Amino acid sequence: MSTVAWITTRGLLGRRRFLLLLPLPILMIGVALIPRFEGVSPQQWAQPVLVAMGFITLLPIVSLIVGTGVLGAEIDDGTITHILSKPLARWKIVVPKLLVAIGVTAASAAVPFYIVGVLASGPRLGVGLIVGSTVGAVLYSTIFVALSLISRRPVLLGLVYVIIWEGLLSNLVSGTRVLSVQQYALTIADKASASDLLSGNVSFPVAVVMSIVVTVGFLALAIRKLSSFSVTGETS
Amino acid sequence: MTLDVTGVSRWYGNVVAVNDVTMTLGSGVTGLLGPNGAGKTTLLHMMAGFLPPSRGTLTVDGEPTWRNPAVYRKLGLVSERESVHSYLTAHEFVLVSAKLHGLPDPAAAATRALSLVEMAEFQDRRIGTYSKGMRQRARVAAALVHEPDVLLLDEPFNGMDPRQRMHMMDLLHRLGQAGRTILFSSHILEEVEQLSGTVQVMVSGRLAASGDFRTIRRLMTNRPHVFAVQSTDDRRLAVALMHQPSVNGVDLGRDGLTVRAGDYGSFTRALPRIALKEGIRVRRLLPSDESLESVFSYLVEA
Repeated sequence: MSTVAWITTRGLLGRRRFLLLLPLPILMIGVALIPRFEGVSPQQWAQPVLVAMGFITLLPIVSLIVGTGVLGAEIDDGTITHILSKPLARWKIVVPKLLVAIGVTAASAAVPFYIVGVLASGPRLGVGLIVGSTVGAVLYSTIFVALSLISRRPVLLGLVYVIIWEGLLSNLVSGTRVLSVQQYALTIADKASASDLLSGNVSFPVAVVMSIVVTVGFLALAIRKLSSFSVTGETS
Repeated sequence: MTLDVTGVSRWYGNVVAVNDVTMTLGSGVTGLLGPNGAGKTTLLHMMAGFLPPSRGTLTVDGEPTWRNPAVYRKLGLVSERESVHSYLTAHEFVLVSAKLHGLPDPAAAATRALSLVEMAEFQDRRIGTYSKGMRQRARVAAALVHEPDVLLLDEPFNGMDPRQRMHMMDLLHRLGQAGRTILFSSHILEEVEQLSGTVQVMVSGRLAASGDFRTIRRLMTNRPHVFAVQSTDDRRLAVALMHQPSVNGVDLGRDGLTVRAGDYGSFTRALPRIALKEGIRVRRLLPSDESLESVFSYLVEA
């Protein structure tokens, strides 16, 4: 484990905001348990729990908390200068931090997604959901890490993106679906699980190609931004 | 090993923070002196490669500092903002620095840096539990772990008690004597006086004076001073004062006298003597331009 990754993990797990990661997965599992033991058919509850709670809420919110935590929090409190004042190529800072963000997000999402998938249909759906949510974790994390370098208010910007764009527009305006991380993740989960409980709204090739384009694009942007990062703040 | 600043300016929109500064720093301790808001931090940030200059160049040994991470092999920075990973112990913190520098033996380097700042005995306590002075020393250890040739410190003595201050001064002094280039900023004259022979004085973004401290200090004490004086008989006192060679001018106002004195010492010694001789009681004597700002702006004009 690289030193950057180590200190990032320590910083992430050491902050209180880490506890924010717990309620959503617990809630999602809880909500799935009720109909399951009431004997309600999965056709009726799987879609809303998986899509509305999982892909629309849990995945982007967890990614937002973690993604803005690995770099944004250090920029906020100024500890970023300790890492920046080292003879390290900037990608060697961005990539380990991003990997930590992806790892933590994917792990926090995989557990509830797998459990709910098994409850609804079986391990095949569970595994498919892990694949889909991991793709989502990669995409969202990359976007939010880049956002914390573009803006001083990455959490706000991220929330606007998640709520307005993903939550509202891509459900109302069909054209925006082609530019929606949630749709890529859903489509890939659908393909991987081959379940009739999920239905993606974009084609599989589009989802794969766009996922790669978005990841590479935002990663490159983040590295570029960090290379010319200016420390601002009180000047005296 | 030199740090060269050539024609550097930095502005934020319409505000000019640093205005056409040129200086060359060699080995030894140099003080960067100036009132708050003079642009010291902005200049230090540019030297440390944390901010691009709007104009001009900053180099360490000929290499630019902006967008050049390799320069940190030779450069260390202790920023003013007291940001540390408080959940780490000092040893972990310095060790992380050593590892990020890619040093061949990071553990040995960390131990050496910590003993240099005399923190070895506290190194296994979490930084969050330290006093301000200890935290500062831990940060200096982290900045020194790769034995940089150039060390920049932004207001290193802020908030330290006299003992901690002496300790830090002693450390910087030793580092300077060992041939390193040390630059520290301060808005307190006495700090600079105790620590460094050479000073760079900044006032509102410009380099106002530069060179030997004693020369600059002399300029500062021998400058004309303005005093506000109130007495039982202002008019008679004004006449008597005008006979004094140390007095350059007197204004008689409703609230008393405004006296412009050529130098501080002889005027303040002469005034009680005159008052006694004339039988006038002095009610109030206020030096009216003792702020650091006015001291510095006098230097700009000198």
